Amino acid sequence: MGVDIRVENLNAWYGQTHTLHDVSLHIPANHATALIGPSGCGKSTFVRCLNRMHETNPIARAEGSVRMGDVDIYKDASPVEIRRRVGMVFQRPNPFPTMSIYDNVASGLKLNGFRKKRILDEVVERSLKQAALWEEVKDDLRKKSGASLSGGQQQRMCIARALAVDPEVLLMDEPASALDPVSTSKIEDLIFQLKSEYTIVIVTHNMQQAARVAERTGFFLNGKLVEFDATHKIFTNPSDKRTEDYITGRFG
Amino acid sequence: MNFQSKSMRLNTAWRSAANYLVSGLSILATVLVILPLLAILFYLLYKGTSSLNWAFFTHIPAPVGESGGGMANSIVGSGIILLLASLMGVPIGIAAGVYLAEFGRGRPFATAVRFTADVLNGVPSIVMGIAIYSLIVMQQKHFSALAGGVALAIMMVPTITRTTEEMLATVPHAVREAAFGLGIPKWRTVLSISLRTASPGIITGCMLAFARVAGETAPLLFTAFGNEFWSFDLNQPIAALPLQIYKYAISPYDEWHRLAWAGALVLIAMIMVSVTLVRIFANRGALKGGN
Repeated sequence: MGVDIRVENLNAWYGQTHTLHDVSLHIPANHATALIGPSGCGKSTFVRCLNRMHETNPIARAEGSVRMGDVDIYKDASPVEIRRRVGMVFQRPNPFPTMSIYDNVASGLKLNGFRKKRILDEVVERSLKQAALWEEVKDDLRKKSGASLSGGQQQRMCIARALAVDPEVLLMDEPASALDPVSTSKIEDLIFQLKSEYTIVIVTHNMQQAARVAERTGFFLNGKLVEFDATHKIFTNPSDKRTEDYITGRFG
Repeated sequence: MNFQSKSMRLNTAWRSAANYLVSGLSILATVLVILPLLAILFYLLYKGTSSLNWAFFTHIPAPVGESGGGMANSIVGSGIILLLASLMGVPIGIAAGVYLAEFGRGRPFATAVRFTADVLNGVPSIVMGIAIYSLIVMQQKHFSALAGGVALAIMMVPTITRTTEEMLATVPHAVREAAFGLGIPKWRTVLSISLRTASPGIITGCMLAFARVAGETAPLLFTAFGNEFWSFDLNQPIAALPLQIYKYAISPYDEWHRLAWAGALVLIAMIMVSVTLVRIFANRGALKGGN
């Protein structure tokens, strides 16, 4: 089951560049929340702060409070613990190239020391089914490398890999931007099904995509959260002039 | 219009001519690269095969004045020294490469290590022999297989370190991020993701280092020293193929010259066989469609 996320006064820097300014918002549990905005507006940095991935860059820094359920991820836990609870899907599919499909999906458990084969088998099957990939790959789970799949299949395998560790939150950083329209719609269907069980945060460049999958949408501009509201309100009756300019295509 | 199409035709003709010229030049360069290797191999086969017989692989050298004898002890001795060198050099080299690529990025100490490795790579092998002579042989007061192994191990380290670092640098950052995103700790990511992804290149680096030191004579002159008899004691002087070849090649006897040719042939064959075996072994687990 998902947890809600409360962000308060989150600031982030890359070296001297201040990329996030005092972002505060409440992301509800078991819903999909979309983040939109022009390139470089800070939305990717923001999701990378939610699993402390931002700080893997040596010059990057973040300050503020992020509470998942009742855990302050910057105070009460180590980055490794947080990332086990928060799955992440990246812009480009990033399978482990030397591993089979099975090992890719099982990697989060196996590399954290989990060895019970029977349970691993079950988890791999369940995760691949959740990611709507099981039927396509079930015959060559161990024979084929994860890198041999098509781009869309790889991305669904990466989603299965993230789901296999049973996270509470799923972060998706433009998960369909490198995919063709058919694969994109499969990923969107998937988000639609998964959001009843996980808290999903999805960064997207595609406003129609945000409108299709998310209950709530946040609009970022120049490192600030301009507006955060119900998706239909953002797209039909935004309260901020800048949001209106962006969604009507006047810039960005 | 007419002028333009004519000039375009000329242009195409010139381009395809240039294409043939450059292709021809690169084929020529390839042949020039392969030619010396083939020449050496054929010359060794021509000179060495006649002295290759069962005794060569089973007997120790015959005393001066007697005919026959072989290099069995040198073949085994080389094997022992190279095994010692690999056991020490490969783990240290890879570990140093991992430090440079995964943990030391941008640190002054890493820059110092990198610089030292490059300098060490350029140290003449005879100097390495003298250094190990004073560091180990002088302290122990006798030559030993171990000293020979250490000398060769130190020569292997810089090559392995630098290739490991370069190969790890080619592993895409996205692959590491995928592992971090799953909550896999850094040490695990390095071992099971980065090293595994880079392993074909790292193995090539190890094989290059191995093949290079397998034929080294100078570092063994004052360390392993050579031995006319069987020895399996790591603390005693031990025979080695390059040493035996050297000794036989500068001797005044024709039969020893022929044995030296055979020894050189066996040395090259041993290197080629071990490199091939490692390659086959390393490719065993490869998956369909992987890269």
